[in-house]
Amino acid sequence: MNILIINGLLIDPSQDIERAGALLIEDTTITGIVDPALYTIQGETAYLKSDKDKRCTVIDASGMWVVPGLVDMHVHLRDPGYEYKEDIVSGTRAAMNGGFTSVCAMPNTRPVNDNKAITGYMIAKARETGFAHLFPIAAVSKGSQGTELSEVYDLVDAGAVAISDDGLPVSSADLLRKALLYIKPLGIPLIDHPEEVSLSKSGYMNEGIASVKMGLNGIPQSAESVAVARDIMIAAETGSRLHLAHLSTRSSFELVRWAKKLGIPVTCEVTTNHFSLNDDAVDGYNTNAKLNPPLRSEQDRQAVLEALADGTVDCIVTDHAPHGYDEKEVEFDKALNGISGLETSVGLSLKLVHERVISRKRLVQLMSQAPSAIVNLKNKGSLKAGADADITLIDPETAWVVDKNKFLSKGRNTPFHGMGLKGRAIMTIAGGTIHGNTRT
Amino acid sequence: MVSGKGIIGLKYLGKNDIEQIIETAFSMRDISRRSVKKVPTLRGKTVVNLFFESSTRTKTSFELAAKRLSADVVNFSYASSSTSKGETTIDTAKNIEAMNPDVFIVRHASSGIMELLSRHLKTPLISAGDGTNEHPTQGLLDIMTIRDEKKRIDGLKVVVAGDIYHSRVARSDIYGMGKLGAKVYFFSPPTMITPDYESLGARVTYDAKEAFTDADVIIMLRIQLERQAAGLFPSTREYARAFGLNDQRLKLAKPDVIVMHPGPINRGLELSSSVADNQEHSRILRQVENGVSVRMSAIYHTIGEGHEYTDN
Repeated sequence: MNILIINGLLIDPSQDIERAGALLIEDTTITGIVDPALYTIQGETAYLKSDKDKRCTVIDASGMWVVPGLVDMHVHLRDPGYEYKEDIVSGTRAAMNGGFTSVCAMPNTRPVNDNKAITGYMIAKARETGFAHLFPIAAVSKGSQGTELSEVYDLVDAGAVAISDDGLPVSSADLLRKALLYIKPLGIPLIDHPEEVSLSKSGYMNEGIASVKMGLNGIPQSAESVAVARDIMIAAETGSRLHLAHLSTRSSFELVRWAKKLGIPVTCEVTTNHFSLNDDAVDGYNTNAKLNPPLRSEQDRQAVLEALADGTVDCIVTDHAPHGYDEKEVEFDKALNGISGLETSVGLSLKLVHERVISRKRLVQLMSQAPSAIVNLKNKGSLKAGADADITLIDPETAWVVDKNKFLSKGRNTPFHGMGLKGRAIMTIAGGTIHGNTRT
Repeated sequence: MVSGKGIIGLKYLGKNDIEQIIETAFSMRDISRRSVKKVPTLRGKTVVNLFFESSTRTKTSFELAAKRLSADVVNFSYASSSTSKGETTIDTAKNIEAMNPDVFIVRHASSGIMELLSRHLKTPLISAGDGTNEHPTQGLLDIMTIRDEKKRIDGLKVVVAGDIYHSRVARSDIYGMGKLGAKVYFFSPPTMITPDYESLGARVTYDAKEAFTDADVIIMLRIQLERQAAGLFPSTREYARAFGLNDQRLKLAKPDVIVMHPGPINRGLELSSSVADNQEHSRILRQVENGVSVRMSAIYHTIGEGHEYTDN
């Protein structure tokens, strides 16, 4: 099928483009930006003047941004093992509904994705029944136990795009160093969840004024920054690619800034949660605002915004972490960590543009081009001729209210329920297939 | 005010609420001091002690309080049994609620349990302590004990000393006494507090001299011995020397200083025996007496308002 998207604002940082224009898709590939003189439109069909037989379905994107399909390189789809929280069908469908055409699934499934059978299962299930493209991330260590390396070469052959023990840090500096050395020929990144567990283990939220008010044991900021510093030193020594997950503190960004200045091969991500909320969101013992790393102080949130603006941060992720109702509606200390984030991410991230923290082109870079590059997704993150026909249409202006009951994700655990947002993804095209998004 | 809603934290009570509860508590104490220690005020009401964490004296204090108001009292202790059966705290509480109690007295190891349970229950709750958050009736009995001696709270220098970080008593004390105008000092090793505690309105100090000089009231908190294994202090000997209260430090305080402690005390650790037994300054046993009175008042204001508490 051919599709012609007209009247939209094309934003593509890979070509440094931000202008009105028409984009032509043929089957599963982007043909490119086409001149209005080269086609005629009759109703919902367009005809190319060069080839009268070539009919295209017309999508009128007036008032919309037309951007390369968004990529979320940090999600938890819970399949296999925790299908009551989410499965590959519901998770990739929620991704599509949120504007993402590709997602990278973390390996903390049950069993852990530490062998090619699991990786193969995930890819096959997504191909047969999924919506957004799925790229598995495999475990660094067997069972994510932090002792022996997984069969990484096998896993990469099976389709894994990175390795991580996410949910847990690679606690042993020795194992981290060996894993980084081992993956060097593969060119994939190791994604670490930086956390010094001896500092964080007795806490339930950020240590600060909010934790004092509520009488909840705190997690100090050093629990993250100590691990970030360690990871960077090991990346510097090995020269392998290190990606730091969900950074949340001012000192972590200062360390990454320093590392990048020295040319150490490190990239990092922030979550929509950490730039949208601070630890006041936990007020009233709101377990939907309990996550790891915890929501931090307002000063740290400001540091996230600065790092997004100055280029220290490479990409935005959701860390989509769906959980069952009974896993959140319990004592605060017993509640599981995480937020179901795929369907609020674009609305929350657009705030950065509306509030002039970053430009719209930078937003598209953070949510599509950069994550595609980090996990080596070929022909994604771009509107160039020959790229995959993965497109997201964003309405940047229309106001809406988050309603968790309208999520397509099984996870309704969100602290954003009832929040008013401006703008959202209204259509996604993945591999040339059009998906209209639900509207509230 | 608290009528029908319960008392889950002094954080949520206004100055007037606190003063009214204390005033009623003094009348309740008169009842407790008589030879017939019982009024029919809450005849036919059911008070349920729902304790998810073991406690003997707080439970006994609440039980006596309820019985002196003629309520029926039932004790449910779930220290570990219900979780081992796999039942959630919410389900446990809902099961007991189905038996139509009038008020729950709840103790639980998790901070914020009162907020969670109040979303799921219709029955009012009185907190008997949640995690490291609040112990509101302890805060109230501390206020009552100070009022009893000093006739006021406003302007007094009150020192709360010990493991502030893990203390639900310290938090209720600062919430309550702060509202009544006391100048509260937190004196603690730096491992058992953070500077952020000043956001509650207290002055944080690590200096014994600054803390105890000219104090009107000293509240020593119990040091949990397991904090030593967690690395928060090196030895009981050093804790006593650097942060405990002894006769020498007591001399820094005002001549009419009173010494309090939520109990049980570790003699020779946070409190020297000579201070604990000092009849002139120690009000530790008076606190225990006032505890029953304050809990009678708390239960009365939660489910008994409109009923007389005089004899008839």
